Amino acid sequence: MTAPRRPDAPPPGIRVPKRRGVELSLLIGAVLISVLGYAEVGLARSGAVPPDAARYGAGLGGLALVAHLAVRFRAPYADPLLLPIAVLLNGLGLVLIYRLDLETPKDQAAATQLVWSTLGVALFIVVVLLLRDHRALQGYAYVSVAAALGLMILPIFFPAVNGAKIWIRIGGLSFQPGEFAKILLAVFFAAYLAANRNALAYTGRRIWKFQFPTGRVLGPIVAIWLLSVGVLVLERDLGTSLLFFGLFVIMLYVATGRTGWIAVGLVLASAGAFLVGSLEPHVHSRVQDWLDPFASIRAGEGPGQLAQSLFAFAAGGMLGTGLGLGHSVLIGFATKSDFILATAGEELGLVGLTALFLLYALLVARGYRAGLSLRDPFGRLLAIGLASIVALQVFVIAGGVMGLIPLTGMAMPFLAQGGSSVVTNWVIVALLIRVSDSARAPQPDGADTGELAKVGGTR
Amino acid sequence: MIRYIRRAAALCLILLVALLVNAARVMVLEAESLDDNPANRRIAIDRYAKPRGEIVVDGKPVTGSRDSGQQLRWERTYRQGPLYAPVTGYASQTYGTTLVEHAEDDVLAGTDPMLAPLPLWNDLTRGRQPGGDVVTTIRASMQEAAFRGLDGKRGAVVAIEPSSGRILALVSSPSYDPGVLSGTGQEVKDAWRRLNASPNQPMLNRALRQTYPPGSTFKIVTAAAALDAGAVRDVEEPTDTPDPYVLPGTRQVLPNEARGCGGASLAAAIQWSCNTVMAALGVKVGLTGMVDAAERFGFNDTRLRVPSWVAKSNFDRRMSPDQLALSSIGQFDTTATPLQMAMVAAAVANNGEIAHPYLVDRTTTSGGTTVDRTGRRSYRQAMNPATAMQLQRLMVRAVEEGTGTNAAIPGAQVGGKTGTAQHGFGNTGTPYAWFIAWAQADDAAQPAVAVAVVVEDAEASRTDISGGGSAAPIARAVMEEALRLEAEARG
Repeated sequence: MTAPRRPDAPPPGIRVPKRRGVELSLLIGAVLISVLGYAEVGLARSGAVPPDAARYGAGLGGLALVAHLAVRFRAPYADPLLLPIAVLLNGLGLVLIYRLDLETPKDQAAATQLVWSTLGVALFIVVVLLLRDHRALQGYAYVSVAAALGLMILPIFFPAVNGAKIWIRIGGLSFQPGEFAKILLAVFFAAYLAANRNALAYTGRRIWKFQFPTGRVLGPIVAIWLLSVGVLVLERDLGTSLLFFGLFVIMLYVATGRTGWIAVGLVLASAGAFLVGSLEPHVHSRVQDWLDPFASIRAGEGPGQLAQSLFAFAAGGMLGTGLGLGHSVLIGFATKSDFILATAGEELGLVGLTALFLLYALLVARGYRAGLSLRDPFGRLLAIGLASIVALQVFVIAGGVMGLIPLTGMAMPFLAQGGSSVVTNWVIVALLIRVSDSARAPQPDGADTGELAKVGGTR
Repeated sequence: MIRYIRRAAALCLILLVALLVNAARVMVLEAESLDDNPANRRIAIDRYAKPRGEIVVDGKPVTGSRDSGQQLRWERTYRQGPLYAPVTGYASQTYGTTLVEHAEDDVLAGTDPMLAPLPLWNDLTRGRQPGGDVVTTIRASMQEAAFRGLDGKRGAVVAIEPSSGRILALVSSPSYDPGVLSGTGQEVKDAWRRLNASPNQPMLNRALRQTYPPGSTFKIVTAAAALDAGAVRDVEEPTDTPDPYVLPGTRQVLPNEARGCGGASLAAAIQWSCNTVMAALGVKVGLTGMVDAAERFGFNDTRLRVPSWVAKSNFDRRMSPDQLALSSIGQFDTTATPLQMAMVAAAVANNGEIAHPYLVDRTTTSGGTTVDRTGRRSYRQAMNPATAMQLQRLMVRAVEEGTGTNAAIPGAQVGGKTGTAQHGFGNTGTPYAWFIAWAQADDAAQPAVAVAVVVEDAEASRTDISGGGSAAPIARAVMEEALRLEAEARG
């Protein structure tokens, strides 16, 4: 579903396609696939379609429809793929969580997840309706960075859960503020880098081959980044720390084009990783587990989590066992959150998993595409930042549960159980909708600024 | 900026490719080794996810399954556990499988590719068929007769159809209910501990896996060796063996339990179970001849499967003449399983040829289509047919007017041989009572059954060589049942 090549500045009189109809039909498809999965779980487990399958379909369809209407009225030129992908991923996530609930009668999560998803869609609508132009966010750079740091420091005052201090509990609700801080940081980075990118790229002194910007420009950004990473190390949330780090390096590179940044980033990352890995037993054991997932088996202690996760993926093979027929519950702890992908792998197989990865890739690609066609640097950096957040999250957690990189706790966007994560990702999609709308909307003549985007080709 | 965005996009593409390649590695390339990892519970879960196929005796299943609702869901039940335990063995979530449950596990668990409707079907669908059934050769009424006869005493009974090798009864006593080992949890562990700690060793399959000194029943093997080797030309001709007999190269005297053994003929020696005559004959045949003869009957065979493995019956290959003399009357290091001695009787009954003994007649799918059938296979030619004919006459005489009169059955020809095996230091242990026999109805073309009975704690005095006292009546009961079944089959 690619939009036809369109000229950067359409001649007057030619209507730019809005593609809302495409979005609607894709949404219907997404809802149908989710309901089909839901029915399949029931059929596999009890031989009958679950009685509330229609209700589930209606609920998901209702959410999708309301979101679609908001986009239709407030972001008519938005990319038609973004919303259907989000709905499909969220719907499949609900199916997977419902399927895992069958194994844990005492711990039901699907209903809660549906409530959070509803809240996420509500926030999506709020963002699409209220934020008329993404450039309005530029003014909130320092507000958002302050808020982000506040949110990240907050959980230190709450008890740790499973070795990570990333939760705040208020009454019966628990929330991971670090999730939402991702967006705020992306906004801040985008705004700051858009304002200072020339200073970053072209001032300062050269050392050997590298051009180092002046401390005045670099100072604040490095300070904020160090602060956020420091907080994360204190909270033992390595996944998010890795994510911020990657996000920072990518955005800095896109803003300045200095490969030196990547080199510096990699050196810093290796140093940080080594330091944390040797000092922090929690991290050290994760690295050990990644290097040899089966050490605990040989020691006679039974398989560890990563080994169980690999067993689940292997059991899926090419085509999977079928929804509801796998044994990913053997992973035990965090099956519905960090390890949700193992259930997808075991029951949908390599084929299904590849489809999931491609959905994420499509989401990221559309974000990048919007970034390419936008004309203002802030919007560009924001689009790239948001898309990169999704890409890095998927890579870090999927690579972690499949033994590609050391395991760090993180939620698979839209798929995993976790209210904060679902809500945050809906907001990310809302912002992407907003930027893609202004990227594709017909431009008034002479509104071009700076470079022209060439759209087309493959990415 | 455009260029840098494209490069950043390329980085994301690299990440995607890395994920996909890694997924293919884990889910396809390394899947098999991960699936087979012993710590991976999936194999066990899948294995017990469906009810196991049944083991069938006389057209009726003697096993069942119960849904435990646990992770390893279906647990094995046994309808007459103790009676058939020596045949079925157990199928336990905790302790694995034994005997037929073990030997035919692929069929019973549904993993045998032969059960699938099409070749490679299971590989394609990643599924497994419902467990197939295993039809045994056991006849229920004979099994029951043997079990009743042993009446909880330590011992074993094996009955074989000489012409085919079908095992008709296989009893070990005292027995246990294999059902108590099905499943997981403390109860199963307690039962396992209790059964293993019991001095009666109820889980020991005495019919297949316990070896005993065969005592005088081994004299049939010695007689066959002597006749085949030409050491005896005429069974009625008196030998020149003194009574008592001094073991060659020693001063040790071998006495007889029976009278009138001095210079007795082979026929009389079998009839009255003369130690002296048979020991001397063994020496006369020589070590090589005796070892060859014993091995033709199946001694020293470590590879016998019925389909469960059978313990090796032993006849030493290197002995001094005095040891050979003792070995020839079933003492010294000579040991035999009850199955082995049933094969000796069957060899005589079947004119010298031993049909390979087997327990599983055929395996079928759950729908009843035959998957595999065990055909008759020849095991070995134990002796010349002429020798077998002569031994048949001698064994019949032992039952009609010798040590084995307790086994006589009206309307049938019964040949038998008693045995009493002393054991323990200085023969202080209670002797094992042995009886091996075969029976042929007067109006039948061939013998219907060969049987071996051993009773460990025979309430017999140590000097009573009968074996006919406690073992022969059990053998008779089993043979009577076999003759009745055969008569029914013949109409």
